[in-house]
Amino acid sequence: MSTATRSLPRALGAHAILLTYTAIALFPVILVVMNSFKSRAGIFGAPLTPPTPKTFDLIGYTTVFGQGDFFHYFQNSLVVTVASLFFVLLFGAMAAFALSEYRFRGNTMMGLYLALGIMIPIRLGTVAILQLMVATGLVNTLTALILVYTAQGLPLAIFILSEFMKQVSDDLKNAGRIDGLSEYTIFFRLVLPLVRPSMATVAVFTMIPIWNDLWFPLILAPSEQTKTVTLGAQLFLGQFVTNWNAILAALSLAILPVLILYVIFSRQLIRGITSGAVK
Amino acid sequence: MATKLMATKLMAAETRAKRPIRWHVGVFLAPAVLVYTAFMILPLFGTLQLSLFRNIEQSQVFVGFSNFRTLFGDPNWSVNFWNALRNNVWFFIIHMMVQNPIGILLAALLSSPRLRFTAFYRTAIFVPTVLSFVIVGFAWKLILSPIWGVAPHLMDFVGLKSFFTPWLGKEQYALTALSLVSVWQFVGIPMMLIYAALLSIPDEVIEAAECDGVTGMAQFWKIKLPLILPSIGIISILTFVGNFNAFDLIYTAQGALAGPNYSTDILGTFLYRAFFGFQLQVGDPNMGAAIATIMFLIILAGVCVYLFLVQTRLRRYQF
Amino acid sequence: MTTKLLTALLLGTSILGTTGMALAEDVTLNIESWRGDDLTIWKDKLIPAFEAKNPGIKVVFAPSAPTEYDAALGAKLAAGSAGDLITCRPFDKSLELFKKGNLADLTSLPGMENFSPVAKSAWQTDDGKSSFCVPMASVIHGFIYNKDAFDKLGLKVPTTRDEFFAVLDKIKADGTYIPMAMGTKDLWEAATMGYQNIGPNYWKGEEGRAALIKGEQKLTDPQWVEPFKELAKWKPYLGDGFEAQTYPDSQNLFTLGRAAIYPAGSWEIGLFNTQAQFKMGAFPPPVEKAGDTCYISDHTDIGMGLNAASKHQEEAKKFLSWVASPDFATIYANALPGFFSLNSSPVKMEDPLAQEFVSWRGKCKSTIRSTYQILSRGTPNLENETWVESANVINGTDTPEAAAKKLQDGLDSWYKPAK
Repeated sequence: MSTATRSLPRALGAHAILLTYTAIALFPVILVVMNSFKSRAGIFGAPLTPPTPKTFDLIGYTTVFGQGDFFHYFQNSLVVTVASLFFVLLFGAMAAFALSEYRFRGNTMMGLYLALGIMIPIRLGTVAILQLMVATGLVNTLTALILVYTAQGLPLAIFILSEFMKQVSDDLKNAGRIDGLSEYTIFFRLVLPLVRPSMATVAVFTMIPIWNDLWFPLILAPSEQTKTVTLGAQLFLGQFVTNWNAILAALSLAILPVLILYVIFSRQLIRGITSGAVK
Repeated sequence: MATKLMATKLMAAETRAKRPIRWHVGVFLAPAVLVYTAFMILPLFGTLQLSLFRNIEQSQVFVGFSNFRTLFGDPNWSVNFWNALRNNVWFFIIHMMVQNPIGILLAALLSSPRLRFTAFYRTAIFVPTVLSFVIVGFAWKLILSPIWGVAPHLMDFVGLKSFFTPWLGKEQYALTALSLVSVWQFVGIPMMLIYAALLSIPDEVIEAAECDGVTGMAQFWKIKLPLILPSIGIISILTFVGNFNAFDLIYTAQGALAGPNYSTDILGTFLYRAFFGFQLQVGDPNMGAAIATIMFLIILAGVCVYLFLVQTRLRRYQF
Repeated sequence: MTTKLLTALLLGTSILGTTGMALAEDVTLNIESWRGDDLTIWKDKLIPAFEAKNPGIKVVFAPSAPTEYDAALGAKLAAGSAGDLITCRPFDKSLELFKKGNLADLTSLPGMENFSPVAKSAWQTDDGKSSFCVPMASVIHGFIYNKDAFDKLGLKVPTTRDEFFAVLDKIKADGTYIPMAMGTKDLWEAATMGYQNIGPNYWKGEEGRAALIKGEQKLTDPQWVEPFKELAKWKPYLGDGFEAQTYPDSQNLFTLGRAAIYPAGSWEIGLFNTQAQFKMGAFPPPVEKAGDTCYISDHTDIGMGLNAASKHQEEAKKFLSWVASPDFATIYANALPGFFSLNSSPVKMEDPLAQEFVSWRGKCKSTIRSTYQILSRGTPNLENETWVESANVINGTDTPEAAAKKLQDGLDSWYKPAK
């Protein structure tokens, strides 16, 4: 068929574009990781060559590990991110369902109210949030971070999820109702599985700013026990501005766990997108 | 508008009559509303109302709209404000013109049937998005640094060395360069959203199109694009909101003074300096709150345009 | 109201948090600081020295990055979660905290008598009646040079401006080294290492600074414009792409031996000693003609105050008295060469480069940075604007005259000197 003959150059073209862009996307990351394994002279002399036996040096990593407990920071980041993500997705989906499914007085107002949070950076509320945390003794706990991040992630999650929930067929839900299912069962059993792909999308959106946030860990939980990996890396950068070995090593250490996590998660995400898509 | 509202009210009244109290609606809404109100709305409005006060002799005195008059009337503030707003608009334009088309293109390519290695591409292209601003700002500063010489080196490879300039240090280029770095970082988001939308187009629709002889580019423009318009709408509004709240990248790459000569100053950095202060500049929460209120109104206006003009016109497809 | 209700609600959840009750007998003092670089020195030298003498008091040094320090500290003070001891920026930033009641009055703290009025001036109310921070150190500006490079090119250390530019010309003509390592990307380098470094020789140090505050001189007067003119002349001697060269870039250029002269602050000494593989020397900013009085910027930069809301006032004061003691000064100045003690009792320093810097105090008249006291209280902020304009002058965006006029106009818009 004609499509077969036409598809080869087209596929090649597609690969060429995608490969080029992949290179652009990965280049800075590779550059940082690669140079983190080199000596100071190697970094400055030939930044674009991979480490050779002559320039290979782990001094950066030794410095970083001598400074702070990055493994512990990483654990903190993980706990905060996963817990906040869970609450954002659960609460967000529930609220989005209520907004998109039921007609009640003030529905639109409620929708707007919940969307307000997208429009102002939560950073502005810092002082009041901190006062609240101090009053409740939550300063320097991971709970404080989780609460704030949950609040911060909700507006966007609700905004996106209600958009997608409107696309779920009414017939399906009504069929459930006729079968006598409760509204909760309809939500958890029928609707949630159908919006899985959008949940995965929301998850990624929510996860990134939380993992990468510098501000709230700095304000709410700067203690050694509760430091997150981003805060640790930033402090480190401030401390060793001129020591590029250490900086590149710290950057690599901050990048790699996220990357690994993302690669694992990305499979779930794609599976979610493809299997969830109703055909 | 009015009739629609009436209809909704009528319908609401009708349902209420049938089912007196629907507890589940409350149950579904309660957790989100509580957490959100307590940790976001109350603190934020606590801050925004500061814009109507001024600190006189260590106590907050109500001054009405005087802070806003200062912001727009006093050239010491207004010049910086308009400069930041202009820069922010340019920042947004670059995202709309570069980030979103690239995102759509990549998603369209990725979703083409029978293409191999898609998982790899998808994963790789999304990588920058998961990196923190600290890392992105720092890595690009290093790459573009004339001292380390990665960028000049690379441009030498392709014979473009003479085009290298210290972009981040030049007034005329710095903002565009940083916008492109931001595009580089976030292109994965439109890509993923469009990709998900493209995948959820039912096979039957595509098959029907192919039967009618609509394939390739024509198929994309005539069939798929209209179907993913709602997603493009969401992306546009997310980009808008994100760009007008942006702060971190400029802050990590150029510092809070958004140099050179304020050429990369956007609303976020302008707000940060006013609210928290910088170096010897003592923070002024009242003026900061006034700027935040204006930012809020700008974004609110944008979101309203989207909600009431764009979204209502987009047809929603139920699958 | 609502906050109270929320508080009550949240108290319930606080059980989840591990507040980590401190053991009954030991008191822990937290130090807020922007000096992350000093972490090891505090941990290994200063804190053990204090704890050995004061059993029962534990001290934790908890720095945050310099760029976030002020904002984060402000938020923590407002909410009441800040540490007991607070590292003080000089002048108005700390004065503001004192006025808000965040910093305690330390006028009668035992040990304050160890400091001269000049040393204390950075942390006093305008009338000089109350002090609120213990002065810790000052930093001196000048130029650090690569001795090996100078020897190789047969250069003599310049003492006058003409000699200075002759030296720069020779280095440039030779081509092996970049004459001067400075960039304008981070803005403050241009202002602090440039304008404030060479400026005092033009405006005659304290004399000009005081006249500016009194309103007798203007930033558009020749003695304030000339430093900008000299800065503009630096441009051809800076490295390629200096517009995008950051502060760490400059440091690396110099310590890797690629640049010959580094416009410096004395705080660089410690780092340069560990990174540079060549001999270094230093010279003060050159004067106009031989025999002129020289002026140096000897800037009171860092102090320590007491959080007025601290629960451990007594212990914290004990610590501050120790910070005011000659013991502390000796450890600190030697561990951090280039941070010069403000203590009246002389401190013996081992580092030759640090000795060189501090020796200028004998030859030249000291002053502090011109923008710090009083003049950066309003909007637009004179210090921030000086950063921007110094970079603009070097980049060629503004002429020296235009830059000076912008600064003076900005100052005039809010500052009315007392008559």
